[in-house]
Amino acid sequence: MSILDKHATLERNATLLLVGSLLVVSIGGIVEIAPLFYLENTIEKVEGMRPYSPLELAGRDIYVREGCYVCHSQMIRPFRDEVERYGHYSLAAESMYDHPFQWGSKRTGPDLARVGDRYSNEWHVQHMIEPRSVVPESVMPSYAFLKSTPLDVRNVAASLKANRAVGVPYSDEMIENAAADIKAQADPNADTSGVEGRYPKAKLGDFDGDPQKLTEMDALVAYLQMLGTLVDFSTYDDTTGYR
Amino acid sequence: MADKHVDEISGVETTGHEWDGIRELNNPMPRWWVYTFYATIVWAIGYMIVYPAVPLLTDASKGVIGYSSRAELSAELADAKTAQAGNLEKIAASSLDQIIADPQLHQFAVAAGASAFKVNCAQCHGSGAAGSAGFPNLNDDDWLWGGKPEEIYQTVAHGIRYTGDDDTRVSEMPSFAEILKLEEIKETAAYVVSLTGTPSDAALVEPGKALFEANCASCHGADAKGNREFGSPDLADALWLNGDSEQAIIAQMKAPKHGVMPAWLPRLGDTTVKQLAVFVHSLGGGE
Repeated sequence: MSILDKHATLERNATLLLVGSLLVVSIGGIVEIAPLFYLENTIEKVEGMRPYSPLELAGRDIYVREGCYVCHSQMIRPFRDEVERYGHYSLAAESMYDHPFQWGSKRTGPDLARVGDRYSNEWHVQHMIEPRSVVPESVMPSYAFLKSTPLDVRNVAASLKANRAVGVPYSDEMIENAAADIKAQADPNADTSGVEGRYPKAKLGDFDGDPQKLTEMDALVAYLQMLGTLVDFSTYDDTTGYR
Repeated sequence: MADKHVDEISGVETTGHEWDGIRELNNPMPRWWVYTFYATIVWAIGYMIVYPAVPLLTDASKGVIGYSSRAELSAELADAKTAQAGNLEKIAASSLDQIIADPQLHQFAVAAGASAFKVNCAQCHGSGAAGSAGFPNLNDDDWLWGGKPEEIYQTVAHGIRYTGDDDTRVSEMPSFAEILKLEEIKETAAYVVSLTGTPSDAALVEPGKALFEANCASCHGADAKGNREFGSPDLADALWLNGDSEQAIIAQMKAPKHGVMPAWLPRLGDTTVKQLAVFVHSLGGGE
């Protein structure tokens, strides 16, 4: 009787087989996943990252709700063709506050990881309303209803809290001011010093062409306009991040 | 199993499992399959040695060839740069006029500018640079901010009404909804379209002319030919940014659209912006 012949004992006892399988799968999982949490070269720290402002977060929720990720990725891979088209390749830390991340794996439309600041607000609004009026070859559907749908701001503080629960460092101050910040960021006449202080580099002002109303279009454009703009790559040393 | 059972008909050993008298033959795996399996194991071990793979205490093993996808990219980008060597340095060191004067350099800058244009500019200005309503056509000779190479460079580098750049071009036509009565706006619009020979109500044109001179001429000029210093468009030609109808002009007077163009210098760098300027200048309208 060699040791290999003892498998009959395992195979004939369901509980033992279950425990054994769990053990084997766990070892595989631990070896593959656990190092990612402590290896120095998988945890990349970069300067400039901050949590999303309440308006950007609301825009991000709309992005997820409308399924933008089905056609747009947010992950520039380290290949020459991608880097020359979209900009510096994405860093892991750039999606550190994304729950869930929007990397995606399908590009019917272009990658959006660095779409921020690339086009004007007016362009984004017109493009959402009638994509083919600015890009004739586009197959994107119209999202004109975003401009007529008022942004639901009732749950903004709760949304920040939920993100804090999963690890985004929103401070008490941020949560307290969330309801005010979400309005102030899109209001060209508001005092925005609070938003700017809490969320450096946030894009301010009216986004959808109608300063009177806070719409879902405001939120989505505010989100798109900050994508990939937080890290200053003129001071980022590529060679430290070789992996 | 000690007591090996051999199937009588095939002469093959069985596994020893039995279900109601039915036994399972213990045929070996095909040899090609087994060897392929062994080969994959050997390959995996080799791969772990050659490429970064094994997690250690603070770092993962680097692999004997020191492969890194990011380093590979840097090398590839550097190679591409070397392939364009000379040209890029020359462009960086030359003025726009010098680039245009040198046929070889001009050809290179136009080709490189065209590819940068497709990536960065085509979304607003169109793949053929023909623009669309609200986004200027770059093929014609009607320039808002000037069509000389340095003027195009300035526009591309610093943008228009772009809040993140101190040198950006700024102009804002005020809304005349509060300044003029609706009747007066209509008269002015009728006068403006009459400038290009478009038929309009002659009764409105006459008072419109006076209104134009009082309200619009300071920016658009008494002859309505515009002023590039303020980016105010030429209203006497038949090229329109936001529509050529009287209705479109009335809408523009009531609530003027202020197009925004981002500043591209920080994103693309001086050499690419120069190439873009030379490309746009070469499209046909360059001055």
